[in-house]
Amino acid sequence: MTQLALLPTAADPSRPGTGVDLPALIVLIAIFLVVTVLGFMASRWRRAASLDSLDEWGLGGRSFGTWITWFLLGGDLYTAYTFVAVPAAMFGAGAVSGFFAVPYTIIVYPMIFFFMSRLWSVSHRHGYVTAGDFVRGRYGSRGLSLAISITGFVATLPYIALQLVGIQAVLEVAGVGGSGNWLANDAPLFIAFVVLAAYTYTSGLRAPAIIAFVKDILIYLVIIVAVIYLPQKVGGWDAIFNAAHEKAQKPPKPGAAPFSDTVGPKAQWAYVTLAFGSAMALFMYPHSITAVLSSRSRDTIRKNASILPAYSFVLALLALLGWVAIAAGTKPIGLNGKPNAQLVVPQLFEDQFPSWFAGVAFAAIAIGALVPAAIMSIAAANTFTRNIYKEWLRPGATVAEEAKVSKLTSLVVKVFALVFVLTMDKQNAINLQLLGGIWILQTFPAIVIGLYTRWLDRWALLAGWAVAMIYGTKQAYDVASPATKHFGGSTADIPVIGELGYIAFTAVVINVIVAVVLTLVLRAVKVPQGRDETVVVDYFADADDPRVAAYDPEPFDDEPGTGPTGKHGARPDPV
Amino acid sequence: MSQHPNPNQAPPADRRLQVVAGVVLLLPMLALVPVGWYAKTEPKLGSFPFFIWYQMALVFFCALCTSLAYVLVKKARPHVPFGPVGRHAAAEDGE
Repeated sequence: MTQLALLPTAADPSRPGTGVDLPALIVLIAIFLVVTVLGFMASRWRRAASLDSLDEWGLGGRSFGTWITWFLLGGDLYTAYTFVAVPAAMFGAGAVSGFFAVPYTIIVYPMIFFFMSRLWSVSHRHGYVTAGDFVRGRYGSRGLSLAISITGFVATLPYIALQLVGIQAVLEVAGVGGSGNWLANDAPLFIAFVVLAAYTYTSGLRAPAIIAFVKDILIYLVIIVAVIYLPQKVGGWDAIFNAAHEKAQKPPKPGAAPFSDTVGPKAQWAYVTLAFGSAMALFMYPHSITAVLSSRSRDTIRKNASILPAYSFVLALLALLGWVAIAAGTKPIGLNGKPNAQLVVPQLFEDQFPSWFAGVAFAAIAIGALVPAAIMSIAAANTFTRNIYKEWLRPGATVAEEAKVSKLTSLVVKVFALVFVLTMDKQNAINLQLLGGIWILQTFPAIVIGLYTRWLDRWALLAGWAVAMIYGTKQAYDVASPATKHFGGSTADIPVIGELGYIAFTAVVINVIVAVVLTLVLRAVKVPQGRDETVVVDYFADADDPRVAAYDPEPFDDEPGTGPTGKHGARPDPV
Repeated sequence: MSQHPNPNQAPPADRRLQVVAGVVLLLPMLALVPVGWYAKTEPKLGSFPFFIWYQMALVFFCALCTSLAYVLVKKARPHVPFGPVGRHAAAEDGE
C-alpha cells in the first residue's frame, strides 16, 4: 500500500500470522467464561414454573419488555457474520456489496412497525409459535404451512453454520489452529459449540436474551473506540476515503472482483433491490419471528422499531472499518497463507490495538456469534416441532413432549452446523446462506400479505412459492464469480427491465404475480377456500387482552387438540 | 372492560391519522430509492462523501419517523381490550 508513506502518523504495518496472541486469547477466554456462567444462570431468570413448554423454553414465556427485546432483536439480526462479512465486503468489493447493509437495515424498521405488530397480535391470540402456525391457521392449509416451515428451517441451517465461521475467523487471527492436527485446530470451536449447545438446551431463549446484553455492550464499546481511535491513527477520515477511492481507480488484479467506492449507474437497481429484498427477507427468518413473538406486548414491537435504528448507525460505522483497513494497509492472510477478506476486521484489530483490547474485540465477535446461533437453533427447532413433528408425525403430542422434541432438535441442528463447518469448504456455507436468503423471501407473500387480506388462495400461494423457489435457485446457480463457478453472487438480470437486480427480489415479484393470477383462476372455478381460524380483531390484540384460553377461536370444534382440523397450538392449560 | 361488538370488524380508528402515519413510515424508504441521486461524493460533510453521510443521516431520520408513527397510531386507535367472545362468524366453512 503505497499511500501509507504519505500519512502523517503511519499505522502499524500488518503483521498477519505471527503466532498465538496470548494476551488477546486470555481476555477472549475470560469473557467467554463469564458469558457461559450467565447462559446457565438464565434458566433461573424470570423463573417460570417449568421450562417444559414451547412458550417458556422457546419464547421465554412471551414476557420480554422493550429493552430485552431490543437487545434480543439486535443480537439476533446483527450477527458475528455481519461483523465479519460487511466490512469484508467493503474491503474487498466496495460500496455495492458492503454498504447496502445500511439502507437495508433502515428499511427494516418501518416494516417491523407495519407487519410484525400484527403478527404479534394474532400469534398472541392463537398461541402461534412459528410462521407456519400462522399460515396453517389463516389459510387452513397444511400443505402451504409445510412449505413455509421447511423453507424457514432449511434457510436457517447455513445461517447457523456462518456463525461458527465467524468464530473461526477470530480464532484464526488470534493464532489458534492452522498447524498441527485437526483436533488441535478445531478444539476451540468445538468447546465454544458445546458450551452454546448446553446452555441453549437448559435455558432456552432466556440464555441468548441475557447474553445479548454482554454482547452488545462489548460491540458498542469496541466499535466506538475503533471509530474514534483508528481513523486518527491512519491519518483521518480524509485519508480513509481517499484510500478507498484510490483502490477504486486501480484496475482489479486478475481473479479479483472489481472494487468501487460508490454505486455506479449499472449497479443502482442492484443496490435498491438488494436493500429492499434483504429487508423483506430478514423478518421472514424463523429466528426474527421468534424474537418478535417473545416480547411482552404489541407496543414493545412498535417501540423497538424506533430504537432499533441505533444498531444501523453502528453498522454503518462498522462497514466503514473495511475502508479503514484499506487505509491501514491491513493484509488479511489466513493461517494457510492465502489471503482471506473475511479476516480483515479481526486482523485490523490485531494490528492496530494493544493485545488485550484486541482480545475484547475478538470476544465481542465470538459472543456475537453465540447469541444468534442460539436463537436460530431454537427457532429452527420450534419450526420443526410445531409444523413438522406435531403437524405430520405425532398430532397428539403434549406440551411437554413438544418442548422435549424442540430441545433435542436444537441440538441436532447445531451438530449439523458444526459438522458442516468442520468438513466442508467455508465457501459452501456462504453460498448456501445466499441461497437461503432467496428462499426465505419466498415465504413473504403467504405470511405478510396474509396478515392483511385472505384474498389470495392457498393453492395459488403454494404455486407462487414453488415457481419462485425454482426460479431463484436456478438463477443463483447460474451466477459465476472469480471464487466459484456457481452461486457466485446474489444478483442477476431482471427480466423485462434488463438491469442487474437481487435475485430474491425478482423471484418474489414473480411469486406474487403467479399467486394473483392463479387466485383469479381458482376463484372463477370456485375452489374451496379452506377455513380461516382468525378474525379481524385478532390482528389488533394487545397485552391486556385475555389470552387464547378465554376466547375460543374454533367454537365449532368438539375436541380441541386432535385431528387435522384440531387446534395445533399446544399451550399450557389455562390457570 | 369494553368489548368489540363485531370481531370481524377492525376497532374504530381515525383514518386520517393512520394515513399520515403510513406516509411518515414510507418516507425513509422512499428516500433510499433514488440511488443515482445520492451516489455521489459532493457535497461532503467533513471528510465524509455525500453517499455515506446521506445514508447515515437517514438512520436518524428513520428513527424519528418510526417514533412519530408510534405516537400517531396510538392516537389514531387507542387500544380497546376485548372481553371473551363466544361465537363469531369468521369461520365460513369452505371445506
